[in-house]
Amino acid sequence: MGMIRVHELSKRYGRLQVLDRLELEVERGRCTAVLGPNGAGKTTLVKSILGLVRPESGTITVDGEVVGSDPEYRRRIGYMPQIARYPENLTAREILQMIRDLRGDPPETDMSLGEALRLEGELDKPFRTLSGGNRQKVSAVLAFLFRPDILFLDEPTAGLDPVSSATLKDRILKEKAEGRTIVLTSHVMSEVEELADTVVYLLDGRIHFQDSVASLVGSSGEVNLERAIARRITARVVA
Amino acid sequence: MNTLKIARYQLRDVMRSRWVLVYGLFFLLMTDALFRFGGSGERVLLSLMNVVLIAIPLVSVVLGTMYLYNSREFTELILSQPVRRRSLFFGLFIGLGLPSSTAFLLGTGLPFWAHGGAADAGWGPLLLLLGTGVGLTLVFTSLAFLVALATEDRIKGLGYSLGLWVFFTVVFNGLVLLAIYMFSDYPMERTVLALSFLNPVDLGRILLLLNFDISALMGFTGAVFKGFFGSGTGQAVTVGALLLWLAVPFSLGLRSFHRKNF
Repeated sequence: MGMIRVHELSKRYGRLQVLDRLELEVERGRCTAVLGPNGAGKTTLVKSILGLVRPESGTITVDGEVVGSDPEYRRRIGYMPQIARYPENLTAREILQMIRDLRGDPPETDMSLGEALRLEGELDKPFRTLSGGNRQKVSAVLAFLFRPDILFLDEPTAGLDPVSSATLKDRILKEKAEGRTIVLTSHVMSEVEELADTVVYLLDGRIHFQDSVASLVGSSGEVNLERAIARRITARVVA
Repeated sequence: MNTLKIARYQLRDVMRSRWVLVYGLFFLLMTDALFRFGGSGERVLLSLMNVVLIAIPLVSVVLGTMYLYNSREFTELILSQPVRRRSLFFGLFIGLGLPSSTAFLLGTGLPFWAHGGAADAGWGPLLLLLGTGVGLTLVFTSLAFLVALATEDRIKGLGYSLGLWVFFTVVFNGLVLLAIYMFSDYPMERTVLALSFLNPVDLGRILLLLNFDISALMGFTGAVFKGFFGSGTGQAVTVGALLLWLAVPFSLGLRSFHRKNF
């Protein structure tokens, strides 16, 4: 059974139908990449699962628990938003402490990613003085801090320098190897090819196709995922 | 529990942005200056009354709107944690309402204490002024939250907030006077009485004037109020109405916060 199940999910913003009776099943212990053109509803989908966006209709279950008013299921989720913004006058250390407080001070927290990203020197500066890349790193540390079973990473490497980006990708691969469920959005296809097992392609608020990375690349006869996906989409349009 | 944790960190963020210090200093310098130039505690209280009725709604509604817009990212962060929206909303409200109330209380209270003005004017009127100030702070903070939740665009939201303030402090009384003038052939007392419940600033003014017992300054609504209820009942009714002005926008805000997409 899937870790996350989305059934008949619809969401509109004014006249714009962002998600249209979307059906999705995310497998346990695998890394699923949600792809699609800009404005296809990737972030809206992720935010609906997190309870940040209130859908018009449809049901979402996370490991059997229905997403509704009870926020407890989020205890097992780590989330890295697309744009990392925090209270400007607080420091990263205070933010981390606050989230720890809100989660009832779990004894087991994991700061190893912060060390790997060399964030130590930035932790005591107010947020408004941090660069975009450093904010992104804080956001990554926060997502991995409580060793969550499920990770939502919305464009995780955007704005990171190559070294930090590689460090973060190593970490994602390690989490995957340990059996965690990962949902990822990205515009960098080489990254998706490196990290993901399954690709879900969103178009006009629905799943255009869902397939494993291996079969996508293997069956298309193309050299990489980017070309395989491009071929798959144009083939559909022509047919 | 989570409400208090959230409020604690919001408080820290607000304190570091310094405006709360400036706000407190404004009241401190104002009250101190009134004591130095004006003299007796009673006269200081009267002058402060007008400052309270005009400045507090303005500052509370503008700060409240800005604050909620600026908390947008914080809200997203907190809501991706195992936290209920209700806890967050209460936390946000306390995180702003507490520091602005405290700044007003200290800014006004300290000079009274330093100049011995409370003994002069009596504790009752001073406490009433402080209470009304805190009441108006909370009422206009919750109105600000409501505006900020209903309006996605920051500039528009700020405009609506300022419009609300202008309406309650200036336009409303103009309309009431106009109505009295136009219908001067009819008995208007009860209508005016009912109308004043629609304006929290008016309610604040009536509450204070009923206590200060200065009929000359009471205005039409105040005089009608006193005639209708007498001082004691009048005060109870106004306090009740002010509490409604706090509860209704606050619960509407909470409802809209529940449904909002972040």
